[in-house]
Amino acid sequence: MNFKLKDIVPQLITVTAVVLVFGFFTYNAQINMENRGIDFGYGFLSQESSFDVQFSLIEYDGSHSYFRAYLVGLLNTILVSVIGIIIATILGVIVGVARLSPNYLINKFAAFYVEFFRNIPLLLQIFFWYFAALRALPLPQDAEAIFSVFFLTIKGLYIPAFIWQNFSVFFYSVVAAIIAIIFIRIHARRVQENQGKQIPVFLISIGLIFILPLLSFLIGGVRLSFEIPVLKQLATTSFVYEGGVSLPPELIALTLSLSLYTATFIAECVRAGIEGVNKGQKEAAASIGLTPNQVLKLVIMPQALRIIIPPTTNQYLNLTKNSSLAAAIAYPDLVLVFAGTALMQTGKAIEIVSITMFTYLSLSISISILMNWYNKRIAIQEK
Amino acid sequence: MFKYLKQLTSLVAMVAVLFTFTTETMAAKKSKTLKNTQKKGFVRCGVSQGLPGFSNADAAGNWTGIDVDVCRAVAAAVLGDANKVKFTPLSAKERFTALTSGEIDILSRNTTWTLSRDADIGLTFVGVNFYDGQGFMVRKSSGITSTSQFKDGISACTNIGTTTELNMRDFFNSKGIKYEPVAFEKADEVVAAYDAGRCDTYTTDKSGLAAQRTKMSNPDEHIVLPETVSKEPLGPVVRQGDSVWEDIVRWSLNTMIEAEEYGITSANADMMKTSDNPAIKRLVGAEGELGAAFGLDNDWSLRIIKQVGNYGESYKRNIADTGILPDRGPNELWTKGGILYVPPAR
Repeated sequence: MNFKLKDIVPQLITVTAVVLVFGFFTYNAQINMENRGIDFGYGFLSQESSFDVQFSLIEYDGSHSYFRAYLVGLLNTILVSVIGIIIATILGVIVGVARLSPNYLINKFAAFYVEFFRNIPLLLQIFFWYFAALRALPLPQDAEAIFSVFFLTIKGLYIPAFIWQNFSVFFYSVVAAIIAIIFIRIHARRVQENQGKQIPVFLISIGLIFILPLLSFLIGGVRLSFEIPVLKQLATTSFVYEGGVSLPPELIALTLSLSLYTATFIAECVRAGIEGVNKGQKEAAASIGLTPNQVLKLVIMPQALRIIIPPTTNQYLNLTKNSSLAAAIAYPDLVLVFAGTALMQTGKAIEIVSITMFTYLSLSISISILMNWYNKRIAIQEK
Repeated sequence: MFKYLKQLTSLVAMVAVLFTFTTETMAAKKSKTLKNTQKKGFVRCGVSQGLPGFSNADAAGNWTGIDVDVCRAVAAAVLGDANKVKFTPLSAKERFTALTSGEIDILSRNTTWTLSRDADIGLTFVGVNFYDGQGFMVRKSSGITSTSQFKDGISACTNIGTTTELNMRDFFNSKGIKYEPVAFEKADEVVAAYDAGRCDTYTTDKSGLAAQRTKMSNPDEHIVLPETVSKEPLGPVVRQGDSVWEDIVRWSLNTMIEAEEYGITSANADMMKTSDNPAIKRLVGAEGELGAAFGLDNDWSLRIIKQVGNYGESYKRNIADTGILPDRGPNELWTKGGILYVPPAR
């Protein structure tokens, strides 16, 4: 414990200044709101929202509360972010590796993709994918079936719904398979460290993940049937598909544009990471007899990941925050449902904007914590 | 803990920005908004982002529309020149915050007068300049001629942040129809999506439907269904807490309507000064001291009529002659079978 005055004073001044500024604005806001007869409070969250939302992961309609509308928006934001992050990562890694390919065509194509998509404003891309897709997609009655069960139309992508019997048995069989795989991996590593023998973990894993759920069908009484969407006529030229699951075009366009855009940045992170590994590492690994695959998996990637992860975390955060552009194309995310409709209907601007800000902050911090944990795991363990 | 101090500081700063309001105390005797407006030399008016007939800017940036004319009337009354208005285009979502935070002084943006808006969020509606109701637009080829032909699964495009979203739910619920609401932030996107075929119907105020129809790629392919499913009295709004300013805006609008009632137009206003009817003489400032109550001169109403015209002229210029709604319907004077009826100026 060795506090020095010159260390503490600047801290104290900063904190005092922040508190004073914050207090001044709060006081000011209170006075102004009082003068204009605006009430402050979060009580509205339990009131009936009385507006409907197009697309929701939980049961919701206008008879539910504003809080539930908030959850609907939050879940939709999380949904589009998670799907976007997954696609962007896969695409980004592929393109990043492709940019290092000795094949001229693949190399240049990847470079073109990156330069093209990262240099056009995202909002423009979202509009492009949404309105271009709307113009290009067929009306429900003109849609050709894909594999005779999928229907891609201007009103969305219709896919068959799964109807399960004894779903829990199937679910537990998958969980059991995953647990078994984890144990086998731990065991395999121990065997390799102690005896130098290699167990074909990958093949065993694949087998388990297929065989256990299959057994649940054969002896567990699990049955699966499909509900295929059928065309329904609303009026002379108005049709819609009923049954099955429908993915709105807004969700598809938003996910597509977010992932295509963010993938370009991730691709550059991946390229930088791989190029950042010393050439000597690769040559040394090859010289001790590792196959090219092993070189990549055991030598290059573990080192490249340390360079890739921190900037990629930023891209994940960007994608999550960018998903708020959804409001432009009617995807009911947090901003459209809560900071849009709910704000308008209640007029509680300060309350709703502050909740929305804290929600995005929490989302971003959660992603940061997760990625920092992963980064620490793969960092060099100094002894 | 202190690892996050930096983030915490920036967070606090962000919240602080959020709480920023212009400091403004209650207008004690004279209207502070009026004083500020006269000092600045222009009226700050919030309008739509482009709704033909109501508030719409042409290529040269000139605003026209009956909502625009309300602001011009106030400018004529307060500043003596109907062109001294600064228009701020606002989305449905932004409009009330812009008004309560003091960015604008009049919100004249096809805004529906409802109890909760009037009482809850620091606003005051001063009157009605257009009686409207929500309707539905469909493609002619669909064969739908009435909302009774709507079926389960219908998709409806609309704007967020409007009473439309609530009325739509009430309407479909009362009919027991399952529907898919597709709500956009801006009207242009709603029109584009409906036009592309994303939705079976487009719903908003009927005047809005008529106006937006002119923006479609082929207006003749669409019809507005006859049913009106809600009451939408549209009117200008001011901030709560400045009753003098509120009165100025209210009576600027009333002057336009009453001028039509007495047959005073922009062309004959000067001649009306010698009229025998005292009500007319009061309206053109030849009798009484009506302006004094607002802290204005006695010609304030004459300037409104001369520079902007009466309500009928404004309607004809902006809505009838542009082919949006040639029939005035309820927006006709009470003396001619409509419901426009304003208190007397005396």
